[in-house]
Amino acid sequence: MIAVKNINKSFSGVPVLHDISISFIRKEINLIIGASGSGKSVLTKCIVGLHEVDSGSIEYDGRDFTKMNFKERKGIRKEIGMLFQGGALFDSLTVEENIKFPLEMYTSHSKEEILDRVNFCLKRVNLDNVNKLYPAELSGGMKKRVGIARAIALNPKYLFCDEPNSGLDPQTSIVIDNLIQEITLEYDMTTIVVTHDMNSVMETGDNITFIYNGRNWWNGNKHEILKADNKELNDFVYASKIMQKFKNL
Amino acid sequence: MLLGRIFKKPDNAKLYWKQIVYEMVSLGLGSLGLIAIISLFMGAVVTIQTVAAIDSPLIPLYTVGFATRQSFILELAPTVMCLILAGKIGSNISSEIGTMRISEQIDALEIMGVNSASYLIFPKIIAALVTIPIIIIYSMFLGIIGGWIVSTYSSNLSVSDYIFGLRWSFNLFHVFYALIKTLFFAFIITSIPAYHGYYTRGGSLEIGRSSTKSVVYSSIIILIINYILTQLLLV
Repeated sequence: MIAVKNINKSFSGVPVLHDISISFIRKEINLIIGASGSGKSVLTKCIVGLHEVDSGSIEYDGRDFTKMNFKERKGIRKEIGMLFQGGALFDSLTVEENIKFPLEMYTSHSKEEILDRVNFCLKRVNLDNVNKLYPAELSGGMKKRVGIARAIALNPKYLFCDEPNSGLDPQTSIVIDNLIQEITLEYDMTTIVVTHDMNSVMETGDNITFIYNGRNWWNGNKHEILKADNKELNDFVYASKIMQKFKNL
Repeated sequence: MLLGRIFKKPDNAKLYWKQIVYEMVSLGLGSLGLIAIISLFMGAVVTIQTVAAIDSPLIPLYTVGFATRQSFILELAPTVMCLILAGKIGSNISSEIGTMRISEQIDALEIMGVNSASYLIFPKIIAALVTIPIIIIYSMFLGIIGGWIVSTYSSNLSVSDYIFGLRWSFNLFHVFYALIKTLFFAFIITSIPAYHGYYTRGGSLEIGRSSTKSVVYSSIIILIINYILTQLLLV
């Protein structure tokens, strides 16, 4: 479990996150939703330590991440896998080398064992014969899958996905959502997904946090979100015509 | 602060070594062709200009070989070639690291627990410190060859005069002086663009700006350091 307690964050004196507290539950898809600029990406970056919080604490299974030094954080970071919006695959490395990277950096496995693990991870995300391709040669959906394969290479305890469906067609989005769901259960992970895709929310939202103007505005699950009596949340959820029709049914 | 992070103990020495070899090939071999062309032609031009400038019979013709050698060893090879490398290698480093920054590749490294500054910049600095002095020696050699080629077909300068001038009053310390300067320049050529690339914020426009800034700043700093080192080592 990841517990975020009363965190505040500002940039050049402008507050972006206000006293946010959330618990992210293990073996569930924890969604952070909100409009663009609401602070959800900043919140995620604070949780993984890419931004330092001004106050408050972030605990990974009881271990306070905010009080750790670089070396201590490294231990936690090895337990984190992250899927970035654009994939963030290393351009100069092939797919195989991208997945090998964390394994070569942190394990003492033989070359054969590492290659076996790479192939296992690629198979797990349903990719074949892409080992020698470079990221530029992959489609958007394939990049996301390779990103997931790299994220799970070290058997992480925590998986972060930043807009996993952005730039993907609806069918591929569902494939990626299902993959994240399956992997979360299979690896017993705490998964946090940042999204503003309502299809994903309705498909996977076990534990949803709605961020509005840098505040934790609403919490619930995919069943509760449709009935929520919250104006800002309803404005966000029913922004599209399809969702409005769905509401009027 | 960035330098402190760059020179921290590597996470995995084997991976760093692999990266250093890759950078040596990329920075070193990738520059050989350009340096060869520039050095050969500059050597030839310096020789022709020196021959043309000598209009007094009191000045011996072997001065041409001497002048070509001295100008290449003292200034053209270490300083001018490093300024050219600052443009070629510097912009490359800045845009490569800047692109990694805006496409979140550096964030990906950080999240994996990798010291991204060290992993990305340290191998480049080490590779430059090893390969750039070799490139500069190669440039000195080719510059002198350029002058020799001119002497072989020139009616105003004989090969023997040129070679005598090359050997006349040779001071090995001048080569060491050039190499000491080169080591400083190699560090500047890699560290300043790496800094600008690493702290790039925004989009592709900022990558271009970082790249330009890094070339301008490293060129200016090379010229200042050149003056200071010359004052300290030669005067």
